[in-house]
Amino acid sequence: MIEILSYGFMQKAFISGILIAIACSLLGMFLLLRKFSLIGDGIAHISFGGVAFGLLFNIIPFFSALLFGLIGSLGILRLKEKSHLHGDTAIGIVSHASLGIGIFIASIASGFNVDILSYLFGSILSIKPTELALSAFLALAVITFILVYRKELFYMAFDEESAKVSGINVNFLNSMLIVLTAVTIVCSMNVVGLMLASALIIMPSASALQLKASFRNTLIYSVLISVFSVIFGLVIAYYYDFAVSGTIVIFNALIFLSLLVGRRLQTYISARKIGD
Amino acid sequence: MSEIIEVENVAFSYSSSDIIKDISFSIETGDFVGLIGPNGSGKTTLLKIILGLLAPRKGSVHLFGQDLRQFKEWGRLGYVPQKATNIEKNFPATVYEVVSMGLLSTKKLPKTRAVSDDQKIREALSVVKMEKFGQTRITELSGGQQQRVLIAKALVTSPEILLLDEPTTGVDLDNQNSFYELLGNLNREGITIILVSHDIGRITNYVTKIASINQTLNFYGSHKEFCSRDPDHKHEHSLCLDR
Repeated sequence: MIEILSYGFMQKAFISGILIAIACSLLGMFLLLRKFSLIGDGIAHISFGGVAFGLLFNIIPFFSALLFGLIGSLGILRLKEKSHLHGDTAIGIVSHASLGIGIFIASIASGFNVDILSYLFGSILSIKPTELALSAFLALAVITFILVYRKELFYMAFDEESAKVSGINVNFLNSMLIVLTAVTIVCSMNVVGLMLASALIIMPSASALQLKASFRNTLIYSVLISVFSVIFGLVIAYYYDFAVSGTIVIFNALIFLSLLVGRRLQTYISARKIGD
Repeated sequence: MSEIIEVENVAFSYSSSDIIKDISFSIETGDFVGLIGPNGSGKTTLLKIILGLLAPRKGSVHLFGQDLRQFKEWGRLGYVPQKATNIEKNFPATVYEVVSMGLLSTKKLPKTRAVSDDQKIREALSVVKMEKFGQTRITELSGGQQQRVLIAKALVTSPEILLLDEPTTGVDLDNQNSFYELLGNLNREGITIILVSHDIGRITNYVTKIASINQTLNFYGSHKEFCSRDPDHKHEHSLCLDR
């Protein structure tokens, strides 16, 4: 473990990976509770168009993906409000349009398909220092915002109407939640890639919810699971040369399954005790 | 007694169809108003207009003498929404955490926990006789107990008005009775209450005034006045028989 930390690129990978893991799990909890978790997948598709656009026009893909992600996420909100479409329909239209742009660009341009793969599947160990620093900074901004507004977001997840009556600016926070999702997805593109970007948003929170704890503790468990899975993925990738993204997601899936089975067993045992 | 809610010529429509038309009335401190009417009569719409959740097409609402559009003192109001007990099974919140949500309306950023918050939460839970359940997850409670917790959330800021929209939906009969008893006690202690209900027979023992609407305001006054006039509708008649 000490050997890993002696390398500069691994130190940076750990720092930005952990910050992104925290941002994803905090944000994911609120998206999950509001049944809005698949917006992560939608924004990942939108960002793919941005990555292809950046590679074609020689713009750092992180910036073009971020721009596409922000415009796309606000577009989803606008489309949902103005055309009275359901949220999933609006996500589908905007994300697939951007995905189409990405595929179209990739097909007409040649020579950057290898680069595109690293954004699709994640490449935290070979990412440019500027992108790594910026994603760490943005993740920190997301964490700060969510920690400041966690009580309001929690109230909105519980009952949006009552939250509004108590004077909370629900429209602002809803918009911010979508914008922050876009930022977080683009940041996590370096860690797990766009294909699996929403996994870090959904899986740790879904696992933590199995523990049937208070909101405060559920949020803490979600962060711990997320951070632990990223550290585990990086260590395993270093020693066994596995893909970081795949390892992180498989590890998360195993945690979820263990907790689900554990909870079922506990319920079964309790029911039997009552029966006896 | 002073007027704390004034509704003046309020109208609301969805697309081109009118939901409510030209409704005017005022509520005084200490009133317990039963807002009644058949399904689709606009009861919930009117309540949402009073709460600022919907903007009226015409007319105005004043809370504590202030125009609703400028009103900011939301801690003076407590609200229990319709289907409030329809809480997601997996929702990770303890009773304490749910009640503490009610305190957000009184705080400004940074919304840190004050020493007095614990006391307020304990007092609110004690009013609804749920003080032993602070650390229990709300999803582990019965519908009636959940309803009490939501009342505690509405009461935690010591509001002057409590507004409830069909609060007993999904709650069994025994729990409904004790719930209305609780509302009656709160009203006697000085809290003004507006209760939207279709269960008119059950609320008559507690309300002091009745607002009967069906798009327009058919009647607004005391229960006695309501029953002394010729009832045109079946639901109004049953309201008088039950008392």
